[in-house]
Amino acid sequence: MRTINTQAIKQAVFEACQSIQFRYSKPMEEAIKNYMDQEMGVGKAILKVLLDNSELASNQHIPMCQDTGMVVIFLKLGQQLHLEGDYVIDMINEGVKEAYDVAYLRKSIVKDPLLERVNTNDNTPAVVHIEMTNDDRCEILLSAKGFGSENMSKLAMLTPAHGLKGVEEFVLNTVFTAGPNACPPMVVGVGIGGTMDQAALLAKEALFNEVGDRNPDERYANLERDWLEKINASGIGPQGLGGKTTAIDLFIKTAPTHIAGLPVAVNINCHMTRHVHITL
Amino acid sequence: MKTIQTPLNIEEIKSLHAKDFIMFSGTLYTARDAAHIRLIKDIENNTPPFDLEGAVIYYVGPSPTPPGQKFGSAGPTTSSRMDVFTPTLLDHGVKAIIGKGYRSKTVLEAFKSHQAVYLLAIGGSGAYLGQCVESSEVIAYEDLGPESIKKLVVKDLPLIVGYDIYGEDAYVYAQTL
Repeated sequence: MRTINTQAIKQAVFEACQSIQFRYSKPMEEAIKNYMDQEMGVGKAILKVLLDNSELASNQHIPMCQDTGMVVIFLKLGQQLHLEGDYVIDMINEGVKEAYDVAYLRKSIVKDPLLERVNTNDNTPAVVHIEMTNDDRCEILLSAKGFGSENMSKLAMLTPAHGLKGVEEFVLNTVFTAGPNACPPMVVGVGIGGTMDQAALLAKEALFNEVGDRNPDERYANLERDWLEKINASGIGPQGLGGKTTAIDLFIKTAPTHIAGLPVAVNINCHMTRHVHITL
Repeated sequence: MKTIQTPLNIEEIKSLHAKDFIMFSGTLYTARDAAHIRLIKDIENNTPPFDLEGAVIYYVGPSPTPPGQKFGSAGPTTSSRMDVFTPTLLDHGVKAIIGKGYRSKTVLEAFKSHQAVYLLAIGGSGAYLGQCVESSEVIAYEDLGPESIKKLVVKDLPLIVGYDIYGEDAYVYAQTL
């Protein structure tokens, strides 16, 4: 059995929280450059500002966006892996806390959602989803979720009769309603199937794809291409001020579901789509 | 590119047209969700923490300023969350609000009837926008941290006119392209 110390997980979280804040990923930077070539006027000017912003953020070490997000982690632990050291969730939160402190990231978390809303002042706790895998690895999928886009995400418990047409309508309407609020160009994660909770998790995990990744099932890959094209034909454009670049990419993840149901969730990221995939 | 400067006079406001790119310089006050809740209470009690007459509000919760930098990241947050508070601020003399995203019909009507303007900053360009901040001072609700009200002096903050006093809306215009 393989053993890792939770200190290593803390260190990975500490580094990851910072690495995603100061520059676009390479695939995103390339994608925005390509879209910029197709834009004119306002749309082109805005995409240029976004690229300049990433460059400046990287050079000056200032986060690309003031909303440095709520940390969301999918922690995948192999069944043949043994964790030693302090409790892993505490260690993850320690990593988040230290990163947000040393990198001058904004602390955006309130302890109680409804009654008091007092800032925890260290950006913890992170949202952590733990999953078992049949190997001896530790995988960390970490994102810093901004809430301009998170607030525009939606979930619907559709029924089998809604079918493909109903799902497509829900996905596109969610994106069109989000419009400028979600800071387009956005990245769209779609989760279809499972239960209410699983559909939401699928949509969230879909956002860990890289620009250009396609669903391994060719039928869903075609839907990804088709819906992306329809979103970009909407004319919403960068920041909702018109143009061809409303979304940079769209990813679908699916799971088996009940004979009575067709849950669908749409989770939206802005153009920064801050995420990283680490294997320990 | 058109430049405007605080204090905003009516002639300057009249010269702004939806979808114009402008450079904004002068004084503004930051306020977002939690600050608005307190601000409205203070207005009701006749103790607003700053003079609202002619003021410019920026919906922003900046990230902390790193050592050696002018300011942190300071892009706009989604305006519609403040819709419920906006007519009261306009009633008390606020002349321009900076944010991003759609506003309710009620808010747009309030902008028009008060001859005030809604200005847009580019969401997700906070590092770039923060570099326009010349000075910053917390003037109210310090315990709210990033949500406290700060008085900022900015130079050449790049903005887009979202909604003008003639009732023209940059988002509606975009859909006609």
